[in-house]
Amino acid sequence: MNYGALVFLGAFVAVSLSWFGMVLSPQVQLGRQTQGTNSVNTAELYPVQRPGLAREGLEVYRANGCVYCHSQQVRQSGTAVNVILTDAGTNAAAAADALMKSRAGVTDANAVGLSAGLPKAILTDVDVDRARAAVEALTSAGAKAEIEIVPVGTDIAWNWGIRRSVAHDYLYDSPVLLGSLRVGPDLANVGARLPDANWHYRHLYAPRSVVEGSAMPAYPYLFERRPIQGQPSPDAIESKDGFEIVPTSEARALVAYLLSLRADVPLFESPVSVEPPPQETADTNSAAGTNVVSPQASASAQ
Amino acid sequence: MNAPGSTKATPLHGIASDAIDASCRMPLFVLFGVAALWLAASSVFGLIASIKFHSPTFLSEAGWLTYGRVYPAAKSMFLYGFALPAALGTTLWIFARIGKVGAAQPFFIAAGGALWNLGVLAGVIGIFAGHSTGFENMEMPRYAAVLLFFGFLLIGIWTLVTLHERRDRRLGVTQWFLLAALFWFPWIYSTAQLLLVVWPARGTAQAVIHWWFSANFTVLWCGLAGLGVVFYFIEHVAGRPLHNSPLAVFALWTSLLFVSWTGIPAGAPVPAWIPTLSTIAGVVSVVPLIALAMVLVPTLRATDVPPSAGGEITSHRSAWCRLTSTVPGRLVASGLVAFLVAWVVQLICAIPSVNGFVQFTWFTYALSQLNLYAFLALTLFGAIYLIAPRVAGMDWPWPKVVRLHFWLAVIGIALIVLPLAAGGLLQASKFASKASHPELSFVTVANGTLHFLRISSIGEVLLLLGHVLLAGNLLTLMARCARARLAAAYESAVAEVRTAEVKP
Repeated sequence: MNYGALVFLGAFVAVSLSWFGMVLSPQVQLGRQTQGTNSVNTAELYPVQRPGLAREGLEVYRANGCVYCHSQQVRQSGTAVNVILTDAGTNAAAAADALMKSRAGVTDANAVGLSAGLPKAILTDVDVDRARAAVEALTSAGAKAEIEIVPVGTDIAWNWGIRRSVAHDYLYDSPVLLGSLRVGPDLANVGARLPDANWHYRHLYAPRSVVEGSAMPAYPYLFERRPIQGQPSPDAIESKDGFEIVPTSEARALVAYLLSLRADVPLFESPVSVEPPPQETADTNSAAGTNVVSPQASASAQ
Repeated sequence: MNAPGSTKATPLHGIASDAIDASCRMPLFVLFGVAALWLAASSVFGLIASIKFHSPTFLSEAGWLTYGRVYPAAKSMFLYGFALPAALGTTLWIFARIGKVGAAQPFFIAAGGALWNLGVLAGVIGIFAGHSTGFENMEMPRYAAVLLFFGFLLIGIWTLVTLHERRDRRLGVTQWFLLAALFWFPWIYSTAQLLLVVWPARGTAQAVIHWWFSANFTVLWCGLAGLGVVFYFIEHVAGRPLHNSPLAVFALWTSLLFVSWTGIPAGAPVPAWIPTLSTIAGVVSVVPLIALAMVLVPTLRATDVPPSAGGEITSHRSAWCRLTSTVPGRLVASGLVAFLVAWVVQLICAIPSVNGFVQFTWFTYALSQLNLYAFLALTLFGAIYLIAPRVAGMDWPWPKVVRLHFWLAVIGIALIVLPLAAGGLLQASKFASKASHPELSFVTVANGTLHFLRISSIGEVLLLLGHVLLAGNLLTLMARCARARLAAAYESAVAEVRTAEVKP
């Protein structure tokens, strides 16, 4: 007991064990992750590197400590499996009969009820086996049905994302800033939720002008006030008395980064049934790429 | 040639305690003095950050004063400017005192302290300038970390040498805990710095390493250093032997083995085995907690043993009464209570459903403040109030202010931890009720915490007052000590000249 070396050895063994478990092993597994085509139903490559300006924006996000008030992580408590009937087929009575006889656990299906108001969910929040049995029975009876996967959880109820965040979503980010406190809302999908760059400029310049009662500090130092020379700038957020307020390159980078934040591709480790509206996707991509969306364009997108 | 009154070192029986104290004077003045200044600065910026919640436009014109820079700067000043140097200084003095040996190479330790503080200064300026690493609890940029590393190396090596040269060869529980803390910090900090900043790991491996570092630093290191001081106070200040020393050593090993795996939140976006292991480790951490309780409770409840030599029984006071009879002891005792509460709450929070409920709310912040301030900082205040007057060789300039600081610190931190814990639970339940109340807006939930934040701002003001009192008292003590020593040196020099004049 009287040897300091014993304390050294014991502590060294303990720190090494924890290092192997919590530093090396995660690094071996997560460090091997690569871009892949593990997205469900599409051959899309995921994840993709953020555009250059958005990567600069991550540096602005880091430098200004946005992480102390905003998390970037959607949690999920479970998954609801629904069966959606899209077409009752030519013989709805046979479909109802097949459904009753299947292992889906349906006891009160009838032809009239089944064929009214399609497409609709005929089974909600069931386990996968029952859903499969129902779809098989309906398909064999000539009807068409699909399994719908809906992640559920508090964060999803808050509309912060459509599925939980997984390791793949952060593959190209450094530093990875998941956050620990939600003084402000989660930003994991802010690019999908709020795709208008001008909204973000106004919000950063004067948060309360767009969100009543917001506790977010203003970031006037990310903007510059300059005299209007000839035509007013298209991205000026305010102009009066011959002066206009325009975002600096830092604000542009930050907003490009915010718009690039969206993790809604369905993955095998986090499945979700989605059909992203093509209009919105195109809008966000252009916003992230060129960083400026003219007011007209964003208005038409909405 | 010894000045009259000083105690001569006797190698066989160790040296007298005032000579040991004198050998620690220079390093401790550097470590404690600057730490008190960082502490006061930290609470000034902490207060600014706190006010920003009530008035978002307050000081928002300049980039360096934005919340996202002021808050991490304040926290870094507290952790790296105050807590670490104060803990290192305390460790050095305790090693020297228990080992009955003077500090080895006080000059190099003081130089290490200066280098460390230079690193903190560079790091804080870096954070204000936007060079933060982005990782909470280790925001200081790479260039600052290099200075911190060499500063720590100088302090650490000579502290180890002091321990190695001890004349009393026994190694008690106090030394075990402090020694483990001394090794632990450089290991975890260099790992995190190398794998997050120098050669950043890929993707969420960064998040895992960061959580690992945070738990190892703010829970485990903080626990080791704080408990070391607590054991010193029980064993050597209150003068009571531990009820069961082997059990305390068992608690040390089990906390090193289990607590070092905690920290990864249950719903983290990483492969499920990582948070699962962390949850198991968090629950198993009940073992060191029970062991510590089994050591501390009987020790503190035991009453004084009657003198064996047949003398009259002077008192029947329990060790707890003895510990709390002085202000430094009372600070340490308050810290100990906070530690036990914090560990119980941490244990409950390891359960995945509870973890998911309170994650991302003010509750977790309140818990970390309970650990870092109510436990570690109060314990270190106790140590500083005990050690500084001994090292300076004179009493506090304002002894009553010490008592005032105790109350300011205890009430202040209670006004921060309790409202924010309550507000955090309210926030968590509102977050969780979104599915049943779809009309609930985020701003409503966020503004529901404002009342609690207002009370915590009052707490911040009290802490700031306390820190100013501590810094004022300590710096005045150091100045008086320096003046007295200069006067003495001048006197002896003049006396020599006089004798020389008289002789012929």
